Amino acid sequence: MNSKHDNDQINALSAKLKDARRLHQDPTRNVSEKEDKKGGALSLAFRVGVELVSAVAVGFGIGWLIDQQFDTKPWFMLVFLILGGAAGILNVFRMARGFGYAVGYDETKNGQTDQKDINKDTDKNFK
Amino acid sequence: MANVAKQSPLQQFEIKPLKEFFIGDVDVSFTNSSLMMVITIVAVSVFLIVGMRRQSTVPGRWQSIAELSYMFIANLVKDTVGPGGRPYFPFIFTIFMFVLFGNLLGMIPYSYTFTSQIIVTFVLALVVFLGVTIIAIIKHKWHFLTFFMPPGVSLFMAPLLVPIEIISYLSRPISLSVRLFANMLAGHTLLKVFAGFVFALGVAGVAPWLFIVALTGLEFVIAFLQAFVFAILTCLYLNDALHLH
Repeated sequence: MNSKHDNDQINALSAKLKDARRLHQDPTRNVSEKEDKKGGALSLAFRVGVELVSAVAVGFGIGWLIDQQFDTKPWFMLVFLILGGAAGILNVFRMARGFGYAVGYDETKNGQTDQKDINKDTDKNFK
Repeated sequence: MANVAKQSPLQQFEIKPLKEFFIGDVDVSFTNSSLMMVITIVAVSVFLIVGMRRQSTVPGRWQSIAELSYMFIANLVKDTVGPGGRPYFPFIFTIFMFVLFGNLLGMIPYSYTFTSQIIVTFVLALVVFLGVTIIAIIKHKWHFLTFFMPPGVSLFMAPLLVPIEIISYLSRPISLSVRLFANMLAGHTLLKVFAGFVFALGVAGVAPWLFIVALTGLEFVIAFLQAFVFAILTCLYLNDALHLH
């Protein structure tokens, strides 16, 4: 009687444990996946913003320095600000197309596998 | 309460000199930021050296994490740079581990996140940028200058496109450093701001408290992600330098 009662208790407990484990595992796994995706999208969005702004900042800096040198305020700054904006758009465009920040417009450099093939080719060329 | 109000969320980024040194007029004090960098280097060394000490065929937990981090970067270099990138693997691995451990150790309460200082990340990015540029110049000599002239572009467009390409090239160290710095700064500030809400709201402070728990998880993801992004961008820049177009 007593041992049967113990068995029942143990069975109930193990069922409870199972449920708790399942409940515990699945949500955490889902959350981590979701956060991973969220982090990825967040960092992508962040990269676009930083890419855009940093190019404008560099353009501004170059223009400002030239103006300082030749006392032509504010013309070079204005010109290079616009060029910096163009460079920023170019950066974002390259990032979005998966060119991997490479300078140039090689259309075949689209995917990762293509990129590797090109690397091999260029390797041969350089050797 | 007045004490709580005085605590700024930006106070955690304050640099405090632990031991003051001066070379001439230059302040080269050993600060809490320097201390965290030393701790990071020691932690990385201990993690890798002690982890790989036994070198069993069937790795234990520690050894397999050490091997995993090695393989992760080795594959990254192989995939993005190709076989020509092998000599630069130690550098990229070092940068990755330094940034990763810096980010993760910064997540420990009361420690200091040195990657949240723009000067630290900027110098890291500048080393990468200068190194990559020097490699490109050594490898391609004058041919390097064609880097700024996209192939298949008419000469009429050159005066417009070359400055744009040069600006785009020079923006690399800035975007590389700002990305890491801003992510760490924003994350840690946000944590502190919401931590301030917890006490200010009393019982309703449970809501921001739960948010902090979720945010801490996200911060760990970001700490890893940003170290990874830093490493992969270094690889991509290196790839450009070795193969130009």
